[in-house]
Amino acid sequence: MNPKYSVFALVKNALSGHKNWQRTWRDAKPKDHYDVVIIGGGGHGLATAYFLAREFGITNVAVLEKGWIGSGNAGRNTTIIRSNYMLPGNTGFYELSMKLWERMEQDLNYNTMVSQRGIINLFHSDPQRDAFARRGNAMRINGIDAELLDAVQVRRMLPFLNYENARFPIAGGLVQRRGGTARHDAVVWGYAHAASDMGVDIIQNCEVTGFRRDKAGRVVGIETSRGTIGAGKVGMAVAGNSSRVAAMADLKLPIESHVLQAFVSEAIKPLLPNVITFGAGHFYVSQSDKGSLVFGGDIDGYNSYAQRGNMPVMEDVCEGGMAILPMIGRIRLLRSWGGIMDMSMDGSPIIDKSPVDGLYINAGWCYGGFKATPASGLVFAHLIAKDEPYHEASRLRLDRFARGAMIDEKGQGAQPNLH
Amino acid sequence: MRINCPYCGERDASEFTYLGDASLVRPDATPKDPPLDPVSDEAQALREQFHDYVYLRDNVAGFMRESWYHGGGCRTWLTVERHTVTHEIKSVTAAPGVGAKAPKKSGRRG
Repeated sequence: MNPKYSVFALVKNALSGHKNWQRTWRDAKPKDHYDVVIIGGGGHGLATAYFLAREFGITNVAVLEKGWIGSGNAGRNTTIIRSNYMLPGNTGFYELSMKLWERMEQDLNYNTMVSQRGIINLFHSDPQRDAFARRGNAMRINGIDAELLDAVQVRRMLPFLNYENARFPIAGGLVQRRGGTARHDAVVWGYAHAASDMGVDIIQNCEVTGFRRDKAGRVVGIETSRGTIGAGKVGMAVAGNSSRVAAMADLKLPIESHVLQAFVSEAIKPLLPNVITFGAGHFYVSQSDKGSLVFGGDIDGYNSYAQRGNMPVMEDVCEGGMAILPMIGRIRLLRSWGGIMDMSMDGSPIIDKSPVDGLYINAGWCYGGFKATPASGLVFAHLIAKDEPYHEASRLRLDRFARGAMIDEKGQGAQPNLH
Repeated sequence: MRINCPYCGERDASEFTYLGDASLVRPDATPKDPPLDPVSDEAQALREQFHDYVYLRDNVAGFMRESWYHGGGCRTWLTVERHTVTHEIKSVTAAPGVGAKAPKKSGRRG
């Protein structure tokens, strides 16, 4: 039984010098067979296991992770949550996710530090205002909160921005007040905590090396670095490496892997009240609870499996930051890192059965995976348990490219490095 | 990352624009006479070939042949053999016309 967290537990453990806290989840050894095996111990994989157990009563589940849980993109994002999408297929899905974020801490009995501090997307011209008004209206029609602010309102909210930038003067912003941030590691640990409590085995340092298939081609097990594990069904949630895992089952995906960099500054006193995106300058930023500015920009733009990027994008991001927030020029950069993105061909995710019987795919998250974590887990668990898509994910299909039913928010076409 | 352009020498990657996998071959879609029946097996096969060409990728983890455009220099298309895990570049060759994605038949591919 995992520990229950409450104010009383906190007081009790404080009185004993915080020496008696128990591990929050079990580090399990692999068994011979599971009803469901999830490949990938990141946020999505652990959330899937949690919802399989909680919503669908499937508890004979293993989550396999090649490193330690949360060591992939779950530990490499910029922790932003939002549901400011425009197109059918995305709006309902991301709003489902936002609603799950809002009750996550109660559901998991774990402090994931969800902070609905708001997210504002700045715009700089009349046509861009029209585009943002359209996005805001699409959101509101779907019951998602959105407000269009003019320059005066933005200035009242964020007086420190550079409003007179010659190339991109700020004309206003689209704000989603329910958006914000969450503590990425705590999300991983929270799902591990709650899933493990219901009997899910979390198996670390267990890399998948191949699939076992029966004569009909159905996946019946997995070869791993810790031996063969039988499985009734297999779900893969390994964004960044989806193509490599799918290739073991002879599948080719509409995905390219690209590197996205992120940056953290030294800690400073409270400065930024919310998440600010300056899309025109390829820069977005928020301030962590520790005080660091957490920021990023575009992907590097070439295929990469290296978890590090190159200098031109670093320079581009910092230039964007200096253009909109000139006051940060003296703040020192603490560290930077790269994560591998599953860039799909239309910029939207894929949650679907694969053409291989018994193998289910959760992939193609581009740089939007973190905010989707809870909904991704719920709809993927539904798909695996019931063999049919959850309503809000019914358009995120693998065959949508062949059917011409793309969900392309940016309208860039099949050029993944431009999404 | 630096790319050793055959015309300009070793230059910073920021001078180049990335297109992607150079191994993709556009299916031959020269109009037929008489035109293809859209519900025929042949037309369906062509649609599948185009789906593979436009959307599916090998997404190699290792050495990969890819197309880069030297827009900040000689404005030539290049085929670069680059390792996607280490970013090591093995070879760079000029490939004029590759970015135009001309059908193989026209002979413009590098």
